[in-house]
Amino acid sequence: MSRYLIGRIGQAVIVLWAAFTVSFILLQALPGDAILIKFLNPELGLGPEQIADIRASYAVDTPIWTQYAHSLGNFLTGNFGYSVHAGVPVSHVLLANLPSTLRLATFGFLIAALLAVAISFLSTLIGFSWIRAVIQSLPALFISVPVFWLGIMLIQIFSFQLKLIPVINPGEWEALILPVAALALPISAPLAQVLMRNIDHVLTEPFVAVARAKGATRSWVLWRHVTRNALLPTLTIAGILFGELLAGAVVTEAVFGLNGIGSVTQQAVGNQDIAVLQAIVVFSATAFVIINLVVDLLYPVFDPRLRSKREASA
Amino acid sequence: MTLAPDLAAPPARALDTPVLEIDNLVLAYKDDEAFHPVVHGVSFQVRPGEVVALVGESGSGKTTTAQAVIGLLAENGRLESGAIRLNGTDISTWSRRQLDAIRGSKISLIPQDPTSSLNPVKTIGDQVGEILKIHGRGDKKAIEARVIELLARVGLSRPELRARQYPHELSGGMRQRVLIAIAIALEPALIIADEPTSALDVTVQKRILDLIDDLRREFGTAVLLVTHDLGVAADRSNHLVVLQGGRIQEQGPTAQVLAAPRSPYTRKLLTDAPSLTKAQRPSKGKSTSAASDEYSIVVEDLVQDFSLGSGREKFRAVDGVSFKVRKGSTHAIVGESGSGKTTTARSVVAFQKPTSGRILVDGIDVTTLHGESLRQFRKKIQLVYQNPFGSLDPLQSVFQIIEEPLLNFGQIARKDRARKVHDILGRVGLPQSVLTRKPRALSGGQRQRVAIARALVLDPQVLVLDEAVSALDVTVQAQILNLLDELQQVLGLTYLFISHDLAVVRQISDTVSVLRNGRLVDSGTVEDVFLRPGSEYTRELIEAIPGTKTLSHA
Repeated sequence: MSRYLIGRIGQAVIVLWAAFTVSFILLQALPGDAILIKFLNPELGLGPEQIADIRASYAVDTPIWTQYAHSLGNFLTGNFGYSVHAGVPVSHVLLANLPSTLRLATFGFLIAALLAVAISFLSTLIGFSWIRAVIQSLPALFISVPVFWLGIMLIQIFSFQLKLIPVINPGEWEALILPVAALALPISAPLAQVLMRNIDHVLTEPFVAVARAKGATRSWVLWRHVTRNALLPTLTIAGILFGELLAGAVVTEAVFGLNGIGSVTQQAVGNQDIAVLQAIVVFSATAFVIINLVVDLLYPVFDPRLRSKREASA
Repeated sequence: MTLAPDLAAPPARALDTPVLEIDNLVLAYKDDEAFHPVVHGVSFQVRPGEVVALVGESGSGKTTTAQAVIGLLAENGRLESGAIRLNGTDISTWSRRQLDAIRGSKISLIPQDPTSSLNPVKTIGDQVGEILKIHGRGDKKAIEARVIELLARVGLSRPELRARQYPHELSGGMRQRVLIAIAIALEPALIIADEPTSALDVTVQKRILDLIDDLRREFGTAVLLVTHDLGVAADRSNHLVVLQGGRIQEQGPTAQVLAAPRSPYTRKLLTDAPSLTKAQRPSKGKSTSAASDEYSIVVEDLVQDFSLGSGREKFRAVDGVSFKVRKGSTHAIVGESGSGKTTTARSVVAFQKPTSGRILVDGIDVTTLHGESLRQFRKKIQLVYQNPFGSLDPLQSVFQIIEEPLLNFGQIARKDRARKVHDILGRVGLPQSVLTRKPRALSGGQRQRVAIARALVLDPQVLVLDEAVSALDVTVQAQILNLLDELQQVLGLTYLFISHDLAVVRQISDTVSVLRNGRLVDSGTVEDVFLRPGSEYTRELIEAIPGTKTLSHA
């Protein structure tokens, strides 16, 4: 394994540890107590002794350092603890809800990427200046629309007015259309903006003039010379936008009433279910770190200039 | 005036239709609303096998004219009137699609900057093969074979390997050969060479120009050579077109124009062009004798290593260089890229600690300085950079730029600072009215004057000039060199002049060190080094300077 890769994985481990520690401190500092919320309910009729037993079984009254060391050790071995509210292991809660969120996020991201590429290439290729101006103004519009509002508007228009997509019991894939759109539009905007700027920049490079002098048409130059060079810097932005995607999924799932990590997060906040929240933070951080590591490792695949440098430093 | 026989007498068919005929061409650029003409009624012809040089300074319209010929005017540019006839057919009214068909096949381009003219993410083979693919010349296999043949033809060693490599794996000279291979691939009738060697070292420049000459002879291709370098034009063209401000000042057979220039502008270009054979300025001779016996800079056995990659491997950029510079004199460090000249300069101004060796500036050992004493040392020695466009903060006014060093050193009252800035501005020959302007409102020459003013405002004793005139037009270059000379006389400054341009060095320096691959290969007074070069390399450098023979009678 190359030195570079070892270094990058080391960084990733430190980031994850920091994410765990910071979220642990913040969650402990929150007022409120999940156990009391759930078990102090008079209808349950539990006595103080029984509650003390429950508290002991969750080990919430041991010193904070012990709790920290204990739960860090558990996380390292893949044990995320128990959800106080649901009374099942946190890993079960996550696994049950992960697939739907993953599906939403993946489609959201793919559509966002397609939209960004379409917007930026159309704005370069289209000859009519007013159409070009309209297309170029789309990202600014998309970026300024809040996800929750967009979601509500999409439901209003497509479900209630046009009646294209049923609100109650839509088909599995039908149900995905509007949430994906609500998630994709705001994420496509920064991608499109960066891509448009990159394309403009690459078009002024001397090698584009050389390609034109060979007799290449505008679209030949765009596809064979501009695309790859313009997409390269966009990779990093795409990795960072992944964080945006997770945040967007929480809101989208809430607006569209979907099950998933987003709705679990929302409920866990309401119930102060700290173990669940802690696991979600660490899970999100892990996903974010892995995506960005993959992005960095992909660079040399697309950019030959980085290959030799890394080989030299390997 | 000596010309190769076939240059003097182009092939007989040359006398038929010109390959290219530019007829009363008017080109304009749009800014905001209106079109402003930048080329005003230019006419000239290029005959088969002939080399026509378009010579002029920046803003003369030479590049715009060349771009129009190949149909690659910038998007805000347009042809107002006139004709561009290729083999007798006017192509100025052709559609984009029609132009695409002749671009590359009938007219091709050798661009200016080989480092950015190849797509960094595609292999050399792909990029040479592309022109064959666009014009449908053969299947994949035939194209691959032809690519290897072309790469070999332009003198690249191991063409099979080169075809698989990426541009960043090749040197500047090799990349320019690749671009030439692309330009000749379809044996076009006309090649437009737009400053084809301006970004290259002088010895590489000579080899590339020789290659273009050979290929032109072999294929009978005509060349439109766009250049700011009168020396290159003199050596390589049969016909000279001198442009200024978008108008032709003069044109005719090269030998004739150089021997008896009719327009005042051409005469000025010829006088301002630095030339090896030109006598040194008389003042220079005086300053040598006026220079005191004291040494302002002493460099002893300087070694500078840089670590490569992970750190264990070392690259020796400067290897045991020694020289001394007398107070009030000018010492030049000459070399090609990678020679270690800029690294040496950076060590002298204490931007980096040498690996070993000693550097004395005004008796102070620079290598032992650190912290506050190092900061105070910077008052004594100032640096002027090559690129006057990048070295000035675009958001500061000229006043702020010149004032800034004063703010960094000591408490000087606002009134005194203003007086100092005004004084120094007068010294570098700029009007007080520029003080409120931003750098972008100044010309290249004015910007370099501002950079010099900024360096001088702290009353330094030593000025390190790193390629300080290389980015300027010859007429402006001559003015700045005059200014530097004047300032040295008045202020008794010592100059360390870093340059790749031997002609300029000859003109301004008293003593010279020639560096190659980090080692000192030659040193001494200017006369000694230039008239009796002590090494083969120095001799090669001097011989490679364009225009050495042709301009000697001018």
